[in-house]
Amino acid sequence: MKFFRWLLGSVFLAGTIIFIFSYLKVGPQAKLMLYLLVSFLLSLFRVLKGPTPADRAIATDIFGILVIGFCAILAVYTGRDWYMDVAIAWGLQSFIGTLALAKFIEGKNFDE
Amino acid sequence: MNETIALIFIVVGITFDLFGCIGLVRMPDIYNRLQASTKCVTLGTCGILFGVLIKFGFSAAGVKALLCIIFLLLTAPVSAHALARATHRSGVKLWDKSVCDKYKDDKDALS
Repeated sequence: MKFFRWLLGSVFLAGTIIFIFSYLKVGPQAKLMLYLLVSFLLSLFRVLKGPTPADRAIATDIFGILVIGFCAILAVYTGRDWYMDVAIAWGLQSFIGTLALAKFIEGKNFDE
Repeated sequence: MNETIALIFIVVGITFDLFGCIGLVRMPDIYNRLQASTKCVTLGTCGILFGVLIKFGFSAAGVKALLCIIFLLLTAPVSAHALARATHRSGVKLWDKSVCDKYKDDKDALS
């Protein structure tokens, strides 16, 4: 059963990567963004499935860091500068939110 | 020439991001997941932002990318360390094949 789950996951992942790389009729920039969207889906899978609340907090932290990279790629391939402003603001909000979640998981109040 | 170097940095960064998220799904324990995913995703996102810096040069967007790299290198380890400490204090068990727990040893020695 464990081997079956391992096989299913690796076949799904390799199939997705090969499908995006060779069979999809889009430009190379859209292919790069699709690879990044696959990693978004993987972190959202951990948010859905995670056994403890700390797993979900870690997955949202990783999601926030990935959004910064996605905004940077959008700034390159659309040629608009203000996506970098969005990236900096998102990074600040994600950091403060993660610290608040860590305090909440630890089980203490905010002022100690 | 600059376009090619920027594209190489962006592709390497996206590869590291993808591998970090595979580690986030695949690893057995919460501490292993944290260690695998945080380092890989931080390095990958810094690679993407460095590619943006090379592409735009030292214009407005390039300097913003440099600021974002410095900010990310400062804050990502801090948030990961805070999450790991809070998880250990809230009583989540380690994986049953883990061999070493230095934080628990320190707490036992202090008390």
